[in-house]
Amino acid sequence: MDKFVGLTATACPLSLPNLNTDQILPARYLKWPRSKGLGTVLFDDVRLNAKGRPREDFAFNKDVYRGAKVLLAGRNFGGGSSREAAVYALYDHGFRCVVAPSFGDIFSQNAVKNGLLTAIAAAADIEKLAALVREKPSQPVTVDLEKQTVSGNGFSFKFMIDPISRNQLLNGWDDVDLTESYREQTAAFKAKDKTIRPWVAPTAKP
Amino acid sequence: MSEPRTLVDKLWSAHEIARREDGAALLWVDRHYVHEGSFHAFSQMKARGRTVAEPKLTFGVADHYVPTRGRATGIANPEIAAMVRNLEDNTGDNHITLFGLRDPRQGIVHVVGPEQGLTLPGLLIVCGDSHTSTHGAFGAYAFGIGASEVAHVLMTQTLWQKKPKRMRITVDGTVVPGVAAKDIALAIIAHIRADGAQGHAIEFAGSAIRSLSMEGRLTLCNMSIEAGGRCGMVAPDATTFAYLKGRPFAPKGSDFDRAVEAWSALASDAGAKFDREVSLNANDIAPIVTWGTTPDDALPINGHVPDPARESDATRANYLREALDYMGLAPGTKLTDIAVDRVFIGSCTNSRIEDLRAAAAVLSGRLSKVPGLVSPGSSSVKRQAEEEGLDRIFRDAGLEWADSGCSMCVGINGDLVPPGERCASTTNRNFRGRQGPGARTHLMSPAMVAAAAVSGHLADVRPLLAGRKA
Repeated sequence: MDKFVGLTATACPLSLPNLNTDQILPARYLKWPRSKGLGTVLFDDVRLNAKGRPREDFAFNKDVYRGAKVLLAGRNFGGGSSREAAVYALYDHGFRCVVAPSFGDIFSQNAVKNGLLTAIAAAADIEKLAALVREKPSQPVTVDLEKQTVSGNGFSFKFMIDPISRNQLLNGWDDVDLTESYREQTAAFKAKDKTIRPWVAPTAKP
Repeated sequence: MSEPRTLVDKLWSAHEIARREDGAALLWVDRHYVHEGSFHAFSQMKARGRTVAEPKLTFGVADHYVPTRGRATGIANPEIAAMVRNLEDNTGDNHITLFGLRDPRQGIVHVVGPEQGLTLPGLLIVCGDSHTSTHGAFGAYAFGIGASEVAHVLMTQTLWQKKPKRMRITVDGTVVPGVAAKDIALAIIAHIRADGAQGHAIEFAGSAIRSLSMEGRLTLCNMSIEAGGRCGMVAPDATTFAYLKGRPFAPKGSDFDRAVEAWSALASDAGAKFDREVSLNANDIAPIVTWGTTPDDALPINGHVPDPARESDATRANYLREALDYMGLAPGTKLTDIAVDRVFIGSCTNSRIEDLRAAAAVLSGRLSKVPGLVSPGSSSVKRQAEEEGLDRIFRDAGLEWADSGCSMCVGINGDLVPPGERCASTTNRNFRGRQGPGARTHLMSPAMVAAAAVSGHLADVRPLLAGRKA
């Protein structure tokens, strides 16, 4: 996994609350392998109107936000379905950090496994930065994971992230490699557990 | 004397292999369910040249993409056929038991696991599906995970997790006939909001929860994720043990008795501390429907759709306008004035035998004014419903009786609500586009869906039950 320490890039303000993973990536694209270009269908059902044309009132569609790596989002971003492809779509589109007042738990877990930072911040701070970004979209925003700050256009605020996710992002840890170093402990647990909870084993023959 | 512990604490510590300095715990996984959507994870595993660590603790179910009609002739859509074949190959290559398309045990993974006795109290259960919280109904620690974590479990049978906070939701009292577990779930979600339980493991407690059947508890725990919860659970009791006895994969004979003894200790100790406590009175809960595009847009059926003009918070007012616009509703509309175009009864939330009986009790001897689809939760549920004559009631009412799968809840098997149409649905998500692009979903209980079907609009089921056995 790629490390994430910090970045300086332009931001896209999307203040709608409850952009769940069905909105980030509609279910009809879940059959796609990642190589087919999930980034190209990001937000399709919110981005397009009933006639299939880009909605003018959806900031993501505006040229000025093309190339943004930071998404300034509303409450409960990424709730709902566990589809990790929602993270692939954001990442492959170019986003590396989402700042929101709250996130779906499974989405946050999926994000950290893929090097996408989910930064939790006060709604008022995010909205203030979003307003500044709307005024000057070309001004970059800086995200610093060590200091846990987001700053841009002369405004700066702290964000929260749980220490486990922060560690994993800063170090670019790979879970599977890490788990390998616990092989003996796992084997010991398994052996002991069989005596403590013998009823766990499925009984029927397939 | 040791500190009193919650059920969450007990389940967590029983699975903890190791804990890092930063607090991350390595947990042992007792059951891992996979489905067609798990293909990303199998690919990740193969890319590392690894194999499945514990194939005997891993079970495959074909549910997300399977057709619900015309199954005997195979799968017509080549893309969907490839998804199902991919699961057959991945499970076959890795010696994983599969409840495949033609298996008599096939169904929705969150219906099949409990039904087969694979889901037991005290287990840690994961699946690449957010509604894995369902299995918590047995006093299991069950939660949904993404593809990278599915791959990790396949390769190691373990998972790194941060311990969630503990929330207890107590519902005391008695619900009136016509009010179901779904109404309790929607009442809770409306109360704490769709993100209210984020970062928390929920334990449901109280007399109204205790008196729920296993089917009802499964519905309730299923909807934990719609309140943002990491997982939801109910402490196992006599209802749980009676349900499990004799199930194919459950312990048998004296092993079962010993298991019951161990399971009986799986309850929160008196005085155990929770990070958050919420209580509701069951007597106050009326049948509930959703009007908007998140499950917390839920109101008692006698209510009205909100009016953004009366909302002081600008962000909220903007959200209400967006939601009403998508749903094609005027502010202030009486909920019972909302006409529906179709109905759907099914999904991991409400497709078990008790759900079908509740809908049939309303539909019996009546005609549906709109078309609709009934997809039983599993092939076993389907057979049982047919033995009870429920299929006849649905068909006579004018509804279609289909095979089992995720079907119109997520729409990826081709069962879609057409754009702009309004569907009264027993499913779990009223998100934009969830049942198909442009589809308008109203969530409610099976009995309330049946009430909407016979009325042609959202309707209170209670008067329709007068003189009938609910």
